Amino acid sequence: MRYMLIIANDESHPIPGGPGWDDLMAEYAAFSEKLSSFGKPWSGDPLAPPETATTVRVRDAKTVTIDGPFAETKEWMSGYYIIETDGLDQALAAAAMVPSAKYGAVEVRPIAEM
Amino acid sequence: MGEALSSAYRADRGAVLARLIAVVGDFDLAEDALHDAVLAAAETWPGDGVPANPAAWLFTTARRKAIDRLRRGAARDRRQRSWGELAIAWDAGSPGPATGPIADDRLRLIFTCCHPALELEARVALTLRALGGLSTEEVAAAFLVPVPTMAQRVVRAKRKIRGAGIGYRVPDPGDLPQRLESVLAVIYLIFNAGYLPADGAELVRVDLCQEAIRLAEVLVELLPGEPEPLGLSALLLLQDARRPARTDVDGRPLTLEEQDRSRWDQAMISTGLERLGRAHDLGRPGPHQVKAAIAALHSCAPGAESTDWPGIVRLYDQLYGWEPTPVVRLNRAVAVAMAEGPESGLSELEDPAVAGALRHYHLFHLTRADLLRRAGRVDEAAAAYAEARGRTANRAEHAFVDRRLAELGGPDGARTPDPARRAR
Repeated sequence: MRYMLIIANDESHPIPGGPGWDDLMAEYAAFSEKLSSFGKPWSGDPLAPPETATTVRVRDAKTVTIDGPFAETKEWMSGYYIIETDGLDQALAAAAMVPSAKYGAVEVRPIAEM
Repeated sequence: MGEALSSAYRADRGAVLARLIAVVGDFDLAEDALHDAVLAAAETWPGDGVPANPAAWLFTTARRKAIDRLRRGAARDRRQRSWGELAIAWDAGSPGPATGPIADDRLRLIFTCCHPALELEARVALTLRALGGLSTEEVAAAFLVPVPTMAQRVVRAKRKIRGAGIGYRVPDPGDLPQRLESVLAVIYLIFNAGYLPADGAELVRVDLCQEAIRLAEVLVELLPGEPEPLGLSALLLLQDARRPARTDVDGRPLTLEEQDRSRWDQAMISTGLERLGRAHDLGRPGPHQVKAAIAALHSCAPGAESTDWPGIVRLYDQLYGWEPTPVVRLNRAVAVAMAEGPESGLSELEDPAVAGALRHYHLFHLTRADLLRRAGRVDEAAAAYAEARGRTANRAEHAFVDRRLAELGGPDGARTPDPARRAR
C-alpha cells in the first residue's frame, strides 16, 4: 500500500540556520538513505513556510484567492513523503523515523488508489 | 438441538471466526458468512442431527457461504482482491484445538483488534466481539452505551482496519512489547469495566470479568514465553478471587480491610500465584507482574494488619517506573498510610501532582476521606466523603459512602458499630 506521511510542525521546530538545523538536515539525509534501502519507490519534499501559501477557492465560477494556508492553526504542514509499504505497521514505523516527528507530528494517511 | 448450536457457537465462535477472517481476509465478510452458516445449521441440524465436530461444520459451511457471497458480489465488489487469498486458502484445514495455524489466527486477530491505531473503545468492542463471542448488543449493554453508538464504533474501526491497511498479522519481534501492551491494556480495561462499573446498581459485572480472565488465558496459551500475559492472568485471578467477599449480604461494598478473607476463592488464588511464579521464572519483570505481586501480598495475608505494607509500598515504587501516573501514587499513598500511619498517607495525597490531577476522580476523594477518618479529622472526612459521592453514579458506591457518613454523623459517630461487620 502507498501512504502519505504528512509532517506538521510548530514554532518549536528548528529553522534554517538556527540551532539544531544542521543536525536535523543530517538526520533527514540519513532518513532518505534508509527509505531507499527498503527498495521501494518513495518521494518527498519539504514545503516553504506557511507565510508563502496562497489558498484558491472557486465559487459560482469565480476564483477567490486568499493569502495564507487553508486552515489557520498552530501547526502547519511543512513537508511530506509518499512511501510504499506492506501495511500500516511499516508506515507507522517509517513515520516514527521522520526526524521532525520529535518536534511536531506526522500524520499517516493511506493513498486512496482509484 | 438449538442448545447444541448455541453451545457450539458460544464455545468456538472465536476460533472459527479467526480462521475465517484469516482465510477470506475481511472482517465483515467473515462475520456475514458465519452468520449464514449459523442460519444453515438452525435449518439442517434438527433434521440431520448435530455433526460430530460442530465447529468444523460451521467453518466449512461459512467458508462456502463466503465464496457464494464473493461470487454474487465479485463484479462490483471491492473485495475482489480477497478472491486470490481465498483460492489459495481453499484447502486450508478446519478449526481444531488452539495450536498450530489456528492459534496463529487467533493471535493475529487479537493483535488486529487491539491495534493502537484504533480508538480504545473500538479495540474493546472488536476484541469482545471477535474473541469473546459477545454480540454488539451485549457489548453495548456491558458498557452502558446505546447499541447504535457501539455499532457505529465497530463499523468505523473495521473500515479503518481495511482502509488504513492494518494487517492481520502478529507484530514483528521489535514491535511486540509495545503492541502486547495495548492487548493487555484492552483486556485489563474489560476486566475493570466488570469489576468497577461506573454506573448502575451492581458493584460487579461478572460476565465482563470472566470474559477478561478467559482472554488473558487465551493470550497465555498463545504466547507462553511472554511473562506479562501470565502476570495479567495472575492479577485478574487474584483480584477476582476476592469477589465473593467484596460486598456484604445486602450487596454493599466492603473495603479490603473489612472483607471476610475466608470467603476469598482459594482455588483461584493458588492458580493466580502459580501463574505469577511462572511469569517470575521468565526473568523479565513488567507492570502487570508487579500489580499481580501486590495482589498476591494481599492474598497471602490473613488480615489487613498482618499485610506486608512496606513490601507493597516498594512494589508501587517499582510500578511507578513503568506507569508514572497519579493513580499509582494514589494507591501507593494507601499503602504508605497502612505502613506508617494515616498522616503519612495524607501528605502523599496532598502533593499537587496527585491532588491536582485526580480532583475529578471519586476514588481519590474516597481514599482521602478514609485516611482523614482514620486520622480522626472527622469534619474534613465528612466533606471528602460527600465530594466522592457526588463523583460516581454507581449506586453501590453511594451506599458505601452513606454508611461512612452515617458512622461519622452521630455525636459518638466514630464509635458506632459498623453495620457491614455485623452483616458478615
